[in-house]
Order: sequence, then structure tokens, then C-alpha cells
Amino acid sequence: MKILVCISKAPDTTAKITFTENNTKFNENGVQFIVNPYDEWYALVRGLELKEANGGTVTVLNVGKADNDPVIRKALAIGADDAVRIDADTVDALYVAKQIANYAKSEGYDMVLCGKETIDYNGSQVAGMVAELMNAPYVSLASKLDVNGNTATIEREIEGGVEVVEVATPFVLSAAKGMAEARIPNMRGIMAARSKPLNVVAAIDASNSTVVKGFSLPPAKSGCKMIDADNVAELVNLLHNEAKVI
Amino acid sequence: MSILIYADSNNGTLTKNAFEAANYGGQLAKSTGKNAVALVLGSASGLEELGNYGITKVLHFADAGLDSFDPQKISAVVAEAAKSEGADTIIFAHDYTGKSVAPRLSAKLDAGLVSGAIALPNGNTVKKAVFSGKAFAEIEITTATKIISVLPNALDKVVTGGSAEVVSFSCEIPSTGLKVKEVRKESTELSLTEADIVVSAGRGLKGPENWGMIEELAKVLGAATACSRPVADIGWRPHHEHVGQTGLAIRPNLYFAIGISGAIQHLAGVNGSKVIVVINTDAEAPFFKAADYGIVGDAFEVVPKLIEAIKSL
Ligand SMILES: Cc1cc2nc3c(=O)[nH]c(=O)nc-3n(C[C@H](O)[C@H](O)[C@H](O)COP(=O)(O)OP(=O)(O)OC[C@H]3O[C@@H](n4cnc5c(N)ncnc54)[C@H](O)[C@@H]3O)c2cc1C
Repeated sequence: MKILVCISKAPDTTAKITFTENNTKFNENGVQFIVNPYDEWYALVRGLELKEANGGTVTVLNVGKADNDPVIRKALAIGADDAVRIDADTVDALYVAKQIANYAKSEGYDMVLCGKETIDYNGSQVAGMVAELMNAPYVSLASKLDVNGNTATIEREIEGGVEVVEVATPFVLSAAKGMAEARIPNMRGIMAARSKPLNVVAAIDASNSTVVKGFSLPPAKSGCKMIDADNVAELVNLLHNEAKVI
Repeated sequence: MSILIYADSNNGTLTKNAFEAANYGGQLAKSTGKNAVALVLGSASGLEELGNYGITKVLHFADAGLDSFDPQKISAVVAEAAKSEGADTIIFAHDYTGKSVAPRLSAKLDAGLVSGAIALPNGNTVKKAVFSGKAFAEIEITTATKIISVLPNALDKVVTGGSAEVVSFSCEIPSTGLKVKEVRKESTELSLTEADIVVSAGRGLKGPENWGMIEELAKVLGAATACSRPVADIGWRPHHEHVGQTGLAIRPNLYFAIGISGAIQHLAGVNGSKVIVVINTDAEAPFFKAADYGIVGDAFEVVPKLIEAIKSL
């Protein structure tokens, strides 16, 4: 079983979000970077579980520059066999998807596993785009994945419920909560990761379709109106007559 | 030129998010002098109602055989409809369906996509929340065809009061490698992302046996229930109630946070709520900084009183 797991680099969830260059660039100063949680906790770990049960390989793929390597090593420490970094500045989701699809097609993977979204752009875009570019089935927001030979059975979230689907390999999936339990890398994994292959491949020419013009921060809340715990009726009154939400 | 709006249906009726998308597309069509055309797949009724939001025509592919969900097929049909209508802009709701179909369509048409838009475009530039709601980005779409998925509850509804002409539509549907084996509807509970009011509780509630009052509060308000991540992780509540940066992101009109400290990862999923009420024993809980109304007090005393006060409203 040949499994490709796409990982993205993301700022730590507690990172303070600020911008530089006249609010056009994310300020990376002092920010710690992690493997995007959905990619690591669910896509990567489920990939490893499938490999452990069925044999095969798990390759992690990242599109980015050399400063992503420490984050890629973390995925290797958790248990991936090898890593590929497509050397490119990530301009937008479609650009990244074109890089991934081109690589995945040429290597003949049985499945491409992604996280359901990144915690920086929150796009939920790359996996679906990769599927279309590979002309492969796409199962989004998957919470359970089992593979039997060339057929995968997948549970996915849909509006107001869960759907169970069957797809033939190769397929693309985006992983959500429920797929697996996060793993913490141990010392042996961290040591082994240092010598695992991290292959850098050149990017293909591809155009982008969107450009970030600028960022802004949400306006601060004007302050919290405190209500006495003995006067709960006043809260109800305010919600009804002032905020008009009940 | 026209704007095509994908209007999703569930069990034969248009979803709340279908109207959200129609509202966005209708307002955009009006300000740009284009026609707003909606596309509905599968058997569904009440389609004329889309006219209320500025839709002038509804393409109805009634026997699409797509009552089970396959993004590969749906994106192929949307692409055909966009072509036949000469649409240069395609609108989805940023819900389960939109998240699955819009990216495929973007790659198929090589059309730029902004997902989770929170405002109407300014020229070709669309505003969306990024960093899990901690910031906003203005993103310009540089391709001729543009795709936008709209975050539910982001835009005020503008009721135009028109009526839409419903015409039938059909096209070829590609065969794909996906088979739907089973659909399990999760009871009749209000869907968390669609609810106007959400009552959420955290570890401060001490144990799963204490959720009765949370469910009752939700019931008297017609609200959905949610929880913090540790509560779902320990199994006090089902996983689908987990909100936050690594759970669901929601934007209700009113969010009650009861016995939740307000960690940055929790706030990330709920700070788009219009009004936030916090009930916590600890006056220093960080959640109060993100709240509109707060009560420092014990949930076990405050919530029952709250239920009584709402009942007598
Ligand atoms: C990578 C990462 C991702 C994360 N993602 C999420 C996420 O998506 N969503 C999420 O929620 N968390 C997330 N977390 C966890 C987050 O950091 C917090 O640990 C979590 O939100 C705390 O949950 P809580 O507020 O229920 O519990 P606690 O922090 O234990 O807070 C309990 C609160 O209840 C109050 N309390 C106690 N007794 C009472 C009472 N009788 N009446 C009223 N109040 C009472 C206390 O004062 C306290 O403020 C994430 C963490 C990490 C590291």
C-alpha cells in the first residue's frame, strides 16, 4: 500500500497573529511552527495505522521552501518512511494542488490523504483540487477510513449526518476528527527521523489564481457588560431588548 | 453575464445555507448588473422562494440521480450549468457540500476560489476570516471565472420579494469510482452550524450527568448544543459538538459559554458569533474579554434561574 500524506506548515495554535509590510505579510517573528493539526493528528496517523496493518509505505509531501524542513522532520519522527518537499513558494491553494497532483500522478500512490483544512488560511481547498486534477474520487471531511485491497470504505460528515461511501483506489481524502488518535513522537522516532530521506524536487510551472492583498485584525470588543449572578432576569432582559437575539 | 448559485437541498427542501448563498449571489448580481441564476439538483420543492433573494431563474435538474452525494458528479454538473448560462461567477455556501464541490470546480475550470467569504466582493477582492478567525484577509481573484463560497450567517439577508422562474435543466453526468453505501442522519437535532443560538458548556460542568440543564436551556431557546474540546475528548459529549480551532467553527447570533475558560483555541471557533454570553465562577476567566455579557457565578445556580427567566419571557 503506497500512501501519500500531504502536510502543511502552520503557526502554533497559541501564536500571536500580527502582520508586517503594511499588513500584507504574516509576521513570522517569534512564531513557532507545527505540522497543521488535521494533517498530523488524523491524516498522517491513520496512514501509519494502515501501513502497520497492511504493509506498504507512508510518504509525507510538503510544498514549500527549506525553512519547512524542521516541520517535515517532525512528521518523519511520528513515523513516516520518507518525505518529499516540492521546492516552491506557496502562492495559493490551486498552485499547491497542481504541484501535489503532478507529483502524486507520476508516483502511482494508492491514496492521497490530506487534513480537512489548514489553521492559517482555513481554505478546505487543496484536497478537492488535487482530486479533480488527478481525476480521482474525493471524500471530504472523512472521520473513518478502512481499506481492503483496492477498495476503501470511508465515513464522511454531511449536512446533518454521516455518509458511508466506497471508493476504488486511487482516491483523495480530507481527514477530520475521528480518523485516528494523535501520536506523540518518542525519542527513538526523533532520532530515526534525522536519517530518513527528505527528497527535494523542483516545482513545475503553474499559475496562481488568487493574490492576498492585505490582512486586518478584528476590532476589539467594546467591553463585557457584567450582570449580577442574583439578577439573571436582567441578562434575559438585555438579550431580548438590547441585543435583540432572543 | 450571469452569476450561478449552487443551492443545496436536503430531503426535498432547500437548506438554510442555500438561501444564504442565494442572498449573496442575488446582492452581487444586483450591484454588478448581472442575472442571478440558481442551480438545484434532485427532487426538491419550493424553488420559487429563491426569488425572494434576487434570483431570477432556477435551473432544476430534477432527475439528476444525485440524491446521494458525489462531489465529482456535482462539480461536473455545475460546470455545465455555468457554461450554458455564461456565468463568470459561481457561488456556494461554505458548508459540507460547498467544501467538497467548490475546490473540485476551481481546479476543473482553473478558476480562482475564495472559500468562507464574509462580505460581498469589492471589485474582484473578497474578504474572509483567516487564522481560525483571529484575522481577516482580502483576497483578489485574478482569473476570469471566479468562485466564492460564503460563510453561513456572514451577511444580512436582503429580501427583494421577486419570484424566480423555474426551468428544467439536464446534462450528462460522468460515472465515477464512488458508491454511497449508507446514509445515517443524526437524529433531528438542530445542526450546529445552522443554529441561530448555541448553548455550549465546558469542563466547568464537572461531568456528563450535569448536561440536563444545558439541554433544557437549549430547548427553551430553540438552540443547538456545543462543547469545548476536552469535554468531547473525555467522552462527556459527542465529538460533533466540539467547537473551536480544531473542531467546528460557528457563527451564531448568540453563543452561551458556560463553564468554559476561553482558551485561544476555543475562541478561534466561536469569535464570529454576534453576541457572546459567558457564565463562569472565575472572574479572571479569559472568556470575559471576548464576551458581550457576563455573569460571574456558579453554573449550577445560574443556569436553572436562566431557564426560568427565559420561560417567563
Ligand atoms: C493544538 C490545540 C488545539 C486545540 N483546539 C481546541 C478546540 O478546537 N476547542 C477547544 O475548546 N479547545 C481546544 N484546545 C484546548 C484548549 O487549549 C483548552 O484546553 C480548552 O478549550 C479548555 O476547555 P474548558 O474551557 O472546557 O476547560 P477548562 O480550561 O478546564 O475551563 C473550565 C472553566 O470552567 C469554570 N468553572 C468551573 N466550575 C464552574 C462552575 N460550577 N460554574 C461555572 N464555571 C465553572 C472554570 O473557572 C474554568 O474557566 C486545543 C488545544 C491545543 C493545544
